[in-house]
Amino acid sequence: MIDRTQFWTVVVVLGLATYAIRFSFLGLLGNHALPGWLQRSLRYTAVAVLPALVAPAVLWPAATIGAPDAARLLAATVTVVVGLASRQMIFAALAGVVTLLGVPFLL
Amino acid sequence: MSAPANPARDSYLRGVRAALPFAVVIVPFAMLFGLLASEAGLQLYEILAFSVSVFAGASQFAALHLLQDQAPMLVILATSLAVNLRMLMYSVTLAPHLGAAPLGIRAVMAYLLVDQSFALSVAEYDKRPNMTLAEKTAYFFGAVTPVLPLWLGSTVAGALAGRAIPPEYALDFAVPIAFLAMTAPMIRSWPHALAAGLSVVLTLALTVLPYGTGLLVGASIGMAAGAALEYWREKAAQKLPPQQRTGA
Repeated sequence: MIDRTQFWTVVVVLGLATYAIRFSFLGLLGNHALPGWLQRSLRYTAVAVLPALVAPAVLWPAATIGAPDAARLLAATVTVVVGLASRQMIFAALAGVVTLLGVPFLL
Repeated sequence: MSAPANPARDSYLRGVRAALPFAVVIVPFAMLFGLLASEAGLQLYEILAFSVSVFAGASQFAALHLLQDQAPMLVILATSLAVNLRMLMYSVTLAPHLGAAPLGIRAVMAYLLVDQSFALSVAEYDKRPNMTLAEKTAYFFGAVTPVLPLWLGSTVAGALAGRAIPPEYALDFAVPIAFLAMTAPMIRSWPHALAAGLSVVLTLALTVLPYGTGLLVGASIGMAAGAALEYWREKAAQKLPPQQRTGA
């Protein structure tokens, strides 16, 4: 169950902070430049955070009480491989879903 | 007789047309968010408030996931904001193009600065260096025009569908697949691969740390490593004599 105080705090604070990030240079700091190292690091935020966020669920899914699961491992692998090869999020996602749903029938 | 030329209108329509194919990604992604949020017990108005306030899909999934885990407030905010830090780079990149627009317009643009409007606008400004400020502004708004209603509409559709789906259909793996599908096409270089790989390995190794703080440590180190490798590779390329640099 999601705690409602926590939920509304996230909605408000995350909303405002995300807006501040978007507004920063476009709205206020247009003439300033970011230090090179910071600009460089920002390029890697999404690729560093997103896969790490779900990695534990791939290896130790809560649905199987933490036991590694062939269907989920294979589905994750197929998603990544198809995504790398096709460069299309939608193909990667479809391939992953088909694998996840299909493997239990094959085993 | 032909209609009078209206370059800003043409730019706007070009932006709309360029953004339409993104529907294929936005609709299922937003529906999935609505669906999972509804399964997590959120009401329709709460889900809609979430999408309107934040309007950044990946961070909303991250926040929802951590809210369900009842992680501490600071960890939820730090992790979901880290996902959105890339928008600082978007803001920096667009400022030279759009900084001369009136403040009120820029304030609206900032709200609408998402992956799609950023990527399409930068590509267009690059391709047509002679665009006027009015044309650039119009193109930006065009490129986000299909995104906002599709995102909000599909979130609602997903939330309504979520009420109809019985809980035994396990959706636990939808988010991992969505995030991996989103990330894999972003791995365009070895520094990207290093940032992602190192971050994953460290986060898994640090799961002993409480409340997902291992993720923050792992992702920060991964990010820094990616940036460092990029820097090192640029330096190495500059040191090569010119005939080797062309790859001949």
